[in-house]
Amino acid sequence: MSAVLPAEFADLERFADWSLRTEAERYAKRLASSMDELQEFYDAAFPRLEAAMEHCDQYPLDALPDDAKRLLWLCYSLVNASFPVEVWRQARVPDSGAASMDAVIEPAI
Amino acid sequence: MAHFPKPAEGSWTEHFPQLGTAPVSYSDSNSADHYELERDAIFRRTWLNVGRVEQLPRTGSYFTRELDAARTSVVVVRTADGGVKAFHNICRHRGNKLVWNDFPREETAGTCRQFTCKYHGWRYGLEGDLNFVQQESEFFNFDRADYGLAEVQCEVWEGFVFVNLDPDNTESASDYLGDLGAGIVGYPFERMTQVHKFRAEVGSNWKLFIDAFAEFYHAPVLHAKQAVAEESRKLSGYGFEGLSYDVSGDHGMVSSWGGMSPPKDLNMVKPIERILRSGLFGPWDRPDIGLDELPPGLNPARSPSWGIDTFVFFPNFMLLVWAPNWYITYHYWPTSYRSHIFEGTLYFVPPTTARERLAQELAAVTFKEYALQDGNTLEATQSMLETGAVTEFPLCDQEILLRHLHQTARGRVSAHQERLGATPVRISAAS
Ligand code: FES
Ligand SMILES: [Fe+2]
Repeated sequence: MSAVLPAEFADLERFADWSLRTEAERYAKRLASSMDELQEFYDAAFPRLEAAMEHCDQYPLDALPDDAKRLLWLCYSLVNASFPVEVWRQARVPDSGAASMDAVIEPAI
Repeated sequence: MAHFPKPAEGSWTEHFPQLGTAPVSYSDSNSADHYELERDAIFRRTWLNVGRVEQLPRTGSYFTRELDAARTSVVVVRTADGGVKAFHNICRHRGNKLVWNDFPREETAGTCRQFTCKYHGWRYGLEGDLNFVQQESEFFNFDRADYGLAEVQCEVWEGFVFVNLDPDNTESASDYLGDLGAGIVGYPFERMTQVHKFRAEVGSNWKLFIDAFAEFYHAPVLHAKQAVAEESRKLSGYGFEGLSYDVSGDHGMVSSWGGMSPPKDLNMVKPIERILRSGLFGPWDRPDIGLDELPPGLNPARSPSWGIDTFVFFPNFMLLVWAPNWYITYHYWPTSYRSHIFEGTLYFVPPTTARERLAQELAAVTFKEYALQDGNTLEATQSMLETGAVTEFPLCDQEILLRHLHQTARGRVSAHQERLGATPVRISAAS
């Protein structure tokens, strides 16, 4: 199977299923994950965030190669997962019950 | 202890004596009867913001809006001369909804040369004129000029598209927005075209969610966990005080401090904020927006610790301008007395690097986390207001915009009833 992420980020390949194009998918994966899974993803990806930004910024944002684009989507997932890990200690916003808020327009990249 | 000066009267609320200081009735939020009055008194009689001109980039670009509260659907279109027009979304032949895709109650958008009715194929130009009638000679004494689309008043103010469903309205949108609108004219909204839009169906009266966003008295408590522990303790010790408040006509605004963008001390913020240089108040590295000085209505106190100005434009349009050069809009579209659709839309200067894009992503995700918290009390509040067990509530000085909102909404309903010649429904409003 070919790699999802750029070769320099082979260490994150096992989290490739966090490379998701839409906020809805990222948020759904967050809610479907245990705290242990979120923590594991965060612990692996957070230290690589600076390098990921440097990698992507070799290219103009509107001309990212596909593997860099997928790396960026994984970084968006890290942003999303940072809330349970850094703040809530649970996947869902506390006391939000069944409430939801859907991203209906988001940038193409 | 006060950290920011208040007006000579001793409070913001008393500075605007028409507001009073008595407890406020929430009987405007818990009954179907009252909501039916609001639909005609408010939503069919005020300027409603339905979008931005960027949604209509070229001739023939259009979008529809379902204005359930105003009992209609409108289609808004860019005409050949570059103007913007709005029409009731109804075919003049036999009343079919003119513009929709797949699901008649869902909003849609696109670009077209003309509007074609799905039923018998009548066609209307972008100016609303009836251009084609199938088997026209079968009709009696028929002149196509008599059957153009029913036009709705539509105006563009600073790139925001407004409609007014009152055919007798004589006030322009900019006059309606008044001093508070005039004070922000010239802000470069048109540069902020990178859009993140969120939508939620909320189980409360529309005014209750405006309440939640029109005061920050709740922030140090409800949002306590979003700050690092030490910072959170400090914030709840301070409480919240606005830098300044203003009410003018039907509208209000609060100007707030915001030392978080960038923070004075990096230890005040979470690790993700430190590395992405962003957070609730937006990306710390401000894009150039070509402005030497803010319009006079923004940061009116000219405070060096200014963070955000929040405008409540009656009835259901809020505009938040953040110090780091971006803005948010909120809209609340009632669907019943106890439900509405909330839309929160973030507008940034388009990013040119992945780093800038990630900073914006963090601001957008942070917005959603806060908004879910802001929304999580609403259903609970609605259900208890409906018990009628308690009907009047004390509002503090930092809740002045709520006092003004409910007073304005009640005033509009009373004026409407007087016009109808009915005996005003008694609302035990100690306003
Ligand atoms: S209802 Fe539209 S053409 Fe007949
Ligand atoms: Fe809030």
